[in-house]
Amino acid sequence: MEILRYEGAGKRYGAAWALRDFTLGIEEGTITALIGPSGSGKTTALRMANRMAEPDEGGLRYEGRELRSYRPEALRRRMGYVIQSVGLFPHWTVLQNVCAVPRLLGRRRREAEARADELLALVGLDPARYRGRRPSELSGGEAQRVGVARALAADPPLLLMDEPFGAVDPLQRAKLQASFLEIQKRLRKTVLLVTHDLDEAVRLADRVVLMRAGLVVQADTPARLLAEPAGEFARDFVGEERSLKRLARVAAASCARPPATVPLGADAPAADGSCDGPAVYWAVDGRGRPAGFVRPGARAKPGAEAPSVLPLGATLKEALALMLEDGPELVGLVDEEGVLRAELGLADIARASSQAVVTDGPR
Amino acid sequence: MSLRSLVGGACAFAALAAVSSERVMGRALAAVFGAGALYPLASPAELLAQHLSLALGASLAAALLGFALGIIAAMAGREAKRLVMAAGALAQTVPPVAVLALAVPVLGFGSRPVFLALALYGILPVLHGTATGLASVPPAAVDAAVGMGMGRRRRFFQIELPLALPAIVAGLRSSVVINVGTAAIGAAMGAGGLGRPIMAGLVQFKTSYVAQGAVAAMVLALSLDWALTKLESVVTRG
Repeated sequence: MEILRYEGAGKRYGAAWALRDFTLGIEEGTITALIGPSGSGKTTALRMANRMAEPDEGGLRYEGRELRSYRPEALRRRMGYVIQSVGLFPHWTVLQNVCAVPRLLGRRRREAEARADELLALVGLDPARYRGRRPSELSGGEAQRVGVARALAADPPLLLMDEPFGAVDPLQRAKLQASFLEIQKRLRKTVLLVTHDLDEAVRLADRVVLMRAGLVVQADTPARLLAEPAGEFARDFVGEERSLKRLARVAAASCARPPATVPLGADAPAADGSCDGPAVYWAVDGRGRPAGFVRPGARAKPGAEAPSVLPLGATLKEALALMLEDGPELVGLVDEEGVLRAELGLADIARASSQAVVTDGPR
Repeated sequence: MSLRSLVGGACAFAALAAVSSERVMGRALAAVFGAGALYPLASPAELLAQHLSLALGASLAAALLGFALGIIAAMAGREAKRLVMAAGALAQTVPPVAVLALAVPVLGFGSRPVFLALALYGILPVLHGTATGLASVPPAAVDAAVGMGMGRRRRFFQIELPLALPAIVAGLRSSVVINVGTAAIGAAMGAGGLGRPIMAGLVQFKTSYVAQGAVAAMVLALSLDWALTKLESVVTRG
């Protein structure tokens, strides 16, 4: 079901149109990313959703009703709002910040605080440690997490996010994106997200809307946008390394193989002369956790360095990056207990990326 | 409250008690200047009380006016803001003595023209503090407040005002300290206060009267400055 719909919405600043004839339906429970260079109108489109910008032409519908028929304050309390600069209230504690919207809605303090603790835990911050802190005592990443918790506090069906992970370093951003996807898996919110980072859009969104100078260039699934960019601008924006970006959509587990393992202390089977056997085996401990590599015919003992492993949910892009960094022949996929479940090598990645059809499969 | 602020408070209180006590002031001045050194026409406590009520009353009026103008300046457009700030600056550049000279024919002698002069003089620091304090509120915090559905009034009282408060109190502090010093000229218009012994001392070449008034005014200014600095640090920590 469509929760939000833009119907030919446009916005003019002076003589210039920031957004023109914008039509888009947002399906419930999906993540839609608006992407484009600055001045493309993506933020204007986002701010129309909670009436922080009013359309000069066309209109919007929210839950089937004319958006104009909602009182702006009431509407905004039902939509989570996350911005790049976070905008935590510096004179309030983390707890007070997270409780802001529930308190606006007239919820009891006790109730709001209990909910705030849950949300802090959900975004990966220990409530006992963080609830009393001031925003000035948080790192950039922690502040962004609090910002997300604050937006989720009143359990809004729709979440508006303007460059939500833009103000942190790439490593932090990847972590935030991963935990955001984790949260989204559980909460199934409808999310409208503005970003200028194609990797972020590809990684997070179910649907990417590429915009330029106030107009929609292409609205598609990430895989289709990467595979078939419509026109020159889209091709340029998607860039040369789009096959690389596509890897971010593919779960590493989908092209991995069951691992060939040898328990520590045992001998690996000797090569039989044919080329079918594995070139290298995993040495695993008693619980199946990888400890090193063994050549065929050799005795399995712990390696000097821990083998390169990724969690089962990792993407092909992460697997490739790890191979390029650590230079291992094989990357292992481990479950939460650290038990080796699958292995993949460069050849597996090459095979997956050469397959013409890239699915918008499981993240 | 920390030990330091307790000690500071005790010192300020003791100093104020000393300069308002006839016995202490009389002995201290006699020790330096010899007999008959204390200003005889009013008790030190009376002078101090007059001075304090005049300076604080005028500061209060200045604070209210400056605060209101500061809010207008912060909310209005850039042109209006410039106009309000210029008016505040003008009120401070006109010397209080000139205001007194202009106001006496209308308001007569006594404390009224002095009150007017001091109030005008004290507006600018508060106006400036309020306007800059409100302007320095992080735009992201305001944007977030709007986006989460806070109404105009709530936004002002819960977000903007608390964040501007340190700057406002700093402005108030300058205003009060300036007025405590400037209020001494009020004696020339018959407004009383610590200016009385100073004026009398200057006319009669009695240095001890001048010293009495000056020391008391200094102690008063320092004590108020201390108290308002405390207030400032309290609101800054919030």
